[in-house]
Amino acid sequence: MKENNNTLVKLENTGVQVDKKWLVKGVSFEVQRGKIVTLIGPNGSGKTTTAKLALGIHKNIEGKVYKFTNKIGYVPQKISIDWTLPLRVSDFMLLTENLTTNEIDTALDLTGVKHLKNNDLRNLSGGEFQRVLIARAIAKKPDLLVLDEPVQGVDFKGEIALYELIKKISEKLGCGILLISHDLHVVMSATDYVVCLNGHVCCSGTPQAVANDSKYKELFGDRASTILSIYEHDHDHTHSTDGTIETKK
Amino acid sequence: MFDDFFIRALAAGLGLAFVTGPLGCFVIWRRLSFFAGTLAHSALLGVTLAFTFDINISFSVLFISSAIALILLRLQKTTKLPGDALLGLLAHSSLAIGLVVIGFLSYIRFDIMGLLFGDILAVNKKDLLVIWIGGAIILLILKIIWKPLFASTVNYELAEAEGMQPEKVNIIFTILMAAIIAISIKMVGILLITGMLIIPAAMARNLANNPQQMVALSIIGGILAVLVGLFSSMQFNSASGPSIITAALLLFILSFLKINKLRQLKK
Repeated sequence: MKENNNTLVKLENTGVQVDKKWLVKGVSFEVQRGKIVTLIGPNGSGKTTTAKLALGIHKNIEGKVYKFTNKIGYVPQKISIDWTLPLRVSDFMLLTENLTTNEIDTALDLTGVKHLKNNDLRNLSGGEFQRVLIARAIAKKPDLLVLDEPVQGVDFKGEIALYELIKKISEKLGCGILLISHDLHVVMSATDYVVCLNGHVCCSGTPQAVANDSKYKELFGDRASTILSIYEHDHDHTHSTDGTIETKK
Repeated sequence: MFDDFFIRALAAGLGLAFVTGPLGCFVIWRRLSFFAGTLAHSALLGVTLAFTFDINISFSVLFISSAIALILLRLQKTTKLPGDALLGLLAHSSLAIGLVVIGFLSYIRFDIMGLLFGDILAVNKKDLLVIWIGGAIILLILKIIWKPLFASTVNYELAEAEGMQPEKVNIIFTILMAAIIAISIKMVGILLITGMLIIPAAMARNLANNPQQMVALSIIGGILAVLVGLFSSMQFNSASGPSIITAALLLFILSFLKINKLRQLKK
């Protein structure tokens, strides 16, 4: 097998079934250093399962998963902290890695939650918790970041800022990112490679290629493919709330 | 110094408190109190086997409890029964088999009360060595696996994804649980060891706001329970093992009062 030195994780025709039902089947793609790969698809299409396949969480899988790094930062889609655990944000930051106080502060500062450092983890709001999760994943300076809907519950302004941060981090650390997102705008504008799932790989390629794929249009509707064009053209105008174009003065 | 039975009992109880403190925290965090009870029940089978084949009690209890624990891990994966049903199944069937075997051992005089409740005042120097050396080994291993074990307690998949090997540390932790039961069965018995694991840690949970603090408070709680329990058992001539657990319960109640006071202060 020919290997690119920059490959961090590679899936070859992987799938997993539970109780004789395929959660996802025949998935192949790879994540390279410095690149952002995004998984999109409707609910139940196997996005989270695919991310877990890449992380090696699922056992008894079909196909092959090659992992070329163990420095992984993971932001799961769902995480619940048991109330029996007395856990501050700073304890949570140290969960899988030994970090200096400085490193913890820097990471929390980047995601805008440094002031919550000594708070109990269970008293955070959904958005605050999500920011802590992202901070924890990036604090260890991973080779591979796996982000499963990382900005859920984050306010609109913070959402954009966090996506920008994620992009910045991938450039600065040169790490690869496997991103799951429902936000097609972000996917189409900030991603290097898109994998469109629906129990199997519907289509994959550059955002441009996927947006023009008929299967993508079938899955997300015709309007979805116009998203790309919005983001590709030069911003010589603004949109009013009802979508009509207002020319810049 | 260790010629006096009371000193030996104190030394044994304190040694036990050092180990049950941190292990008890994990029992609470991972919701394993019924699991600890199951292992303790299965210890009876281990004791009867020790008598049958004339082997060391601690070793045979460690062996049987570990085996039961590993069977449980296996069953959890292969059956669709909920965890508590499996625990009940294993706890009571191993207890029953243990009692059946005891019935066949009529040629041996068997103090079943001693097994159920232990007798910390009958601890000899050899037992002390087992408790302190065994306890030190358990604590050392726990220290080594602390990070992955704690990470997988907080979130299993996160730990798995970031290379913490939760499955491996789970098995090691399970064997440590079997080991603490094995070394303490003679002192507090199979019915009370679970109390020693849970109650000081539960007290600590009421007071702590981070994991390290909870472990420290849990150890302190266990030590206080042993001291108060043993001295009061001497004073009032009460059964020593149950007195320790009762003292632990009193500490737990006190920790509640402390919480309410703190809340009032905040207001």
